[in-house]
Amino acid sequence: MTIPSYWRTRRQRLSLEGEICPHCRRHVFPPRDICPYCGGPAKAAASLSGRGTVYSFSLVHNAPAGFEPYAPYLVAIVKLDEGPLVTAQLTDVSPDEVSIGMPVEMVTRKLREEGEEGLIVYGYKFRPLLQAEAL
Amino acid sequence: MSVMKPLRAVGIVGYGAYIPRFRLSTTEIDRIWHGGEALAPIREKAVAGLDEDTVTISIEAARNALARAGIAPSKLRAVWVGSESHPYAVKPSSAIVAEAIGATPETLGADWQFACKAGTEALQAAIALVGSGMADYALAIGADTAQGRPGDELEYTAAAGGAAYIVGPAEEALATLEGSYSYVTDMPDFWRRPMQRYPQHGGRFTGEPAYFAHTEAAVRALMEGLHIAPEEVTWAVFHQPNVRFPRRAAQELGFQPHHIAPGLLAEEIGNTYAGSALLGLSAVLDIAEPGQRILLVSFGSGAGSDAFLWRTTERIAERRSAAPFTRAYLARRTPIDYGTYVRYHGKLHMH
Ligand SMILES: [Zn+2]
Repeated sequence: MTIPSYWRTRRQRLSLEGEICPHCRRHVFPPRDICPYCGGPAKAAASLSGRGTVYSFSLVHNAPAGFEPYAPYLVAIVKLDEGPLVTAQLTDVSPDEVSIGMPVEMVTRKLREEGEEGLIVYGYKFRPLLQAEAL
Repeated sequence: MSVMKPLRAVGIVGYGAYIPRFRLSTTEIDRIWHGGEALAPIREKAVAGLDEDTVTISIEAARNALARAGIAPSKLRAVWVGSESHPYAVKPSSAIVAEAIGATPETLGADWQFACKAGTEALQAAIALVGSGMADYALAIGADTAQGRPGDELEYTAAAGGAAYIVGPAEEALATLEGSYSYVTDMPDFWRRPMQRYPQHGGRFTGEPAYFAHTEAAVRALMEGLHIAPEEVTWAVFHQPNVRFPRRAAQELGFQPHHIAPGLLAEEIGNTYAGSALLGLSAVLDIAEPGQRILLVSFGSGAGSDAFLWRTTERIAERRSAAPFTRAYLARRTPIDYGTYVRYHGKLHMH
């Protein structure tokens, strides 16, 4: 990842920051400054809750460069509660525990390390909703 | 010397825990290395997953603290991360954490270092920053993914986890600060030189003159300075490199087993270093009733202790359910074998 793109994407990558369209009030992710729904300009930054459900998923065995240490790993399309679909890794879950429609939440994790000397890239992943009420 | 108190009354307005889901048992380490049976310091320890480190642990703990505080992250004027396992040698963990939680750019950011008391050192500084009136809110985190040399006695306990505390005005606090005290000497009980993967330690020397001397001196000075007797304290939380040390220190200071039970997590998660005492405190805040006094004392090799006396307020009961309890992370438990542990922590470096 280049230094400009690391810096430019920091908020969307680390905290799932998107945009909200001032015309149709829909959430946009990733941020692109143009609303994909109504075509109007959409530049207002807006946080997403990070909650959603698994729309589809697959297990990646042949990982692209930089992701080899994590293979095999799960990649899912997550339908966020606010509407947008996001592609991301699932974490803290094994393949036999995942199902379509499973509630998930965003966490910030290590995406990859650029060798021993390069940058460590952090970003959003999703995990099964933590059972917060256990006490 | 007297107890430290800020000019403006302050307290904890939000707190949050994080513990990774993986557990490595003492029995499993013994299967590979033998020799640790006699030590049997704990049952199992928490181990970070492949995609976890001090930064990711800090981020989740901080988000939990923000949820309980109910404040906008942009109101934090300091994001401080105490750890001995910062992912970068040069590039602050605090900047990554601050960005991820939305505290940038109007904030201080720094990484603190003092072995296992790096987090409470950051907490003392957060108290000072808010207590002086320079800031309304400051975030102090203690987190680690601690490593011991394979087969070394440290490997049985060196664990991963962390907790985050937002210090703010006493009027908004879940627990107000009654006073704090710090005690430091140049003690060579444990160290790691630059570029070295694993620490060196003084073996049995780490107990008497290091852990017990510093912990007990700090607690005595604080409690005598505030004229508080152990019976007036409901909960006591110690740094917990194992289960034995905090139990003995508590006893020598006049506390009963019931004082320390809810904040003693080492049996289940090991020694989370900078996270250790702070995670114990989060477990206590999860169950404390309003008006109860809580003693918190850390110990960091090198060596020193920070001691704090807190008193819970009415707000504790209403705010704590805004984020997952410490017990929820303890209950989320996936045992792993030694081979998986080696994979999660990179190659098997013996030196
Ligand atoms: Zn639109």
